[in-house]
Amino acid sequence: MLKVLASPRGGGLLVLIVLIALLPLGFQNNFHYDVAIRVGFNAIVVVGLNLLIGYAGQISLGHAGFLALGAYASAILTGSHDWPPVLAMLTGAVGVGLLAFVVARPVLRLKGHYLAMATLGMGMIIAIVLNTESQLTGGPDGMSVWVSFGVAGLEANTPRQWYWLVGALLVVWVWLALNLIDSPFGRALKAVHGSEVAAEVVGVDTTSVKVTVFVVSAVVASLVGSLSAHYISFISPQEASFFHSIELVIMAVLGGMASIYGSLVGAAILTVLPQVLTAFEDFEHLVFGLVMMAVMIFMPKGIVPSLGLWLAGRARRPGGEAAP
Amino acid sequence: MLAELVQFLFAGLTAGAIYALVGLGFGLIYNASHVINFAQGEFVMLGGMTTVFAAAAGLPLAAAVAVAILVTVAAGLALEMVAVPTRNASVVTLIIITIGASISYRGAAQAFFDKQFHTLPSFSGEDPIDFLGAAILPQTLWVLGITVLIVIALQLFFHRTLLGKAVLATSHNRLAARLVGINVQLVLLLSFGLSAALGAIAGVLITPITSTNFEVGIMLGLKGFCAAILGGLGSGVGAVVGGLLVGLIEAFGAGYISSEYKDAMAFGIILLVLFFMPSGLFGKRTTERV
Repeated sequence: MLKVLASPRGGGLLVLIVLIALLPLGFQNNFHYDVAIRVGFNAIVVVGLNLLIGYAGQISLGHAGFLALGAYASAILTGSHDWPPVLAMLTGAVGVGLLAFVVARPVLRLKGHYLAMATLGMGMIIAIVLNTESQLTGGPDGMSVWVSFGVAGLEANTPRQWYWLVGALLVVWVWLALNLIDSPFGRALKAVHGSEVAAEVVGVDTTSVKVTVFVVSAVVASLVGSLSAHYISFISPQEASFFHSIELVIMAVLGGMASIYGSLVGAAILTVLPQVLTAFEDFEHLVFGLVMMAVMIFMPKGIVPSLGLWLAGRARRPGGEAAP
Repeated sequence: MLAELVQFLFAGLTAGAIYALVGLGFGLIYNASHVINFAQGEFVMLGGMTTVFAAAAGLPLAAAVAVAILVTVAAGLALEMVAVPTRNASVVTLIIITIGASISYRGAAQAFFDKQFHTLPSFSGEDPIDFLGAAILPQTLWVLGITVLIVIALQLFFHRTLLGKAVLATSHNRLAARLVGINVQLVLLLSFGLSAALGAIAGVLITPITSTNFEVGIMLGLKGFCAAILGGLGSGVGAVVGGLLVGLIEAFGAGYISSEYKDAMAFGIILLVLFFMPSGLFGKRTTERV
């Protein structure tokens, strides 16, 4: 056990656990909890998305669509049909998983910008359907989610309860993801990223690897969508918007592609930065765009890998590994 | 029946022409630099918005348009200087840089202009022309006419001038182009500038019909991207055909099937096309590149 925690992989996880445990000591009000919870939600989605984008090298500009479908499944099933929240959430996740499985095969045959276009189109179609089928979804006005989330009598109602729930889920998911990328499946992912032909040659079933990671990332997005619907108590088609999809990709790329901890950093920065930038008032969006460009120009590999390389260079350990 | 058909046809062609101009802009930048410029729609927005505010400041329309094109070209050149030199940047990183640029342009327009919707007077009156029973706005003819002129001018530029051929050569093989003495840096600047100018012109043309605000670039950029991808990225013919197709699918879809689902139909058809032709309609077959 100690050995595991001392390893670079376990060490990072330990830091994460300590951070999540100690963070509330600095919180002064519910707003701080709220921001932290949103960071957690985003981080969970982005870790999943990073498996697809960073590790397997397949871009998706439509994952907000999956997130929104999960959110609407929970809202509709718990609201209009009185399903228990967990059952609604799992049903949504299974539905999204099936949808992702069906579209993954034709979509993931595409490469580069064509893949970007196809996933973008898929996300847009989901957003348009949610906007239009108003008798089911409430249309552009969105819908309220009255039922609070809970399992077996334990309910999450206060920000504090949500914080510990999201924190625990994040730790478990990060632990799973770290193990996944260090498994044969993870090595297959990286092989697909390097060269699909080469991966095929050494016996990797590239199609099934790509489809699996696409479905996993979609299901994770759907689960987070369900949870956040209960947390925020309100959903609208904005969840599925192109910009939301882009935001998730930006978090993954800004933090660092193929870096689990990078995803956490990216999610934290992109969630907190707009709150800080409101000080710029009218110039908020201008400054936000410029900050994004500057980070990508000076750290093209993303924040965590770039800092990792820099630290490794300073320590003059040429073999020094960048953060996983 | 016929009147309705003609009406939808012209609506589709007008929107399609604008998408084609935006799609051509995508193709120009992609060919020169392999960057997909997600700020392409913001060039359209800057063209329209700057014209509106220059005209409001008292400039005659023609001068306002000239100012708008200059401002937009400057924005395009700035993007080239910032984005392209980034070393070790993957495709996704470059996409994020251009998305950052698009957010900055939107933010700048919001801060320096405003958040309202604005329109421009039509170039030659508002009285619709009766054509086979359909009412055609004179501005529609301006949009179509100028788009045709631009496409012809681009064609001449790429096939009749040394500079145009240098751009084509760079798009085929940057290293080889440099070896035969082509100033690749100049070609890159030219491509970004030209692409921005195309966007600005599209913005000026469409503003009298659809009006403009700081956010119009998002959807126009996406539709232009659809046009470029549908036609086959980097193909000039593809961008024009793709743009017109997207415009027509929307117009006929909205007219005959469902106006709420017009965008969804456009995206759905692009998905179908990509499933069967993974590099667009003209992606591989054509040797002609704009």
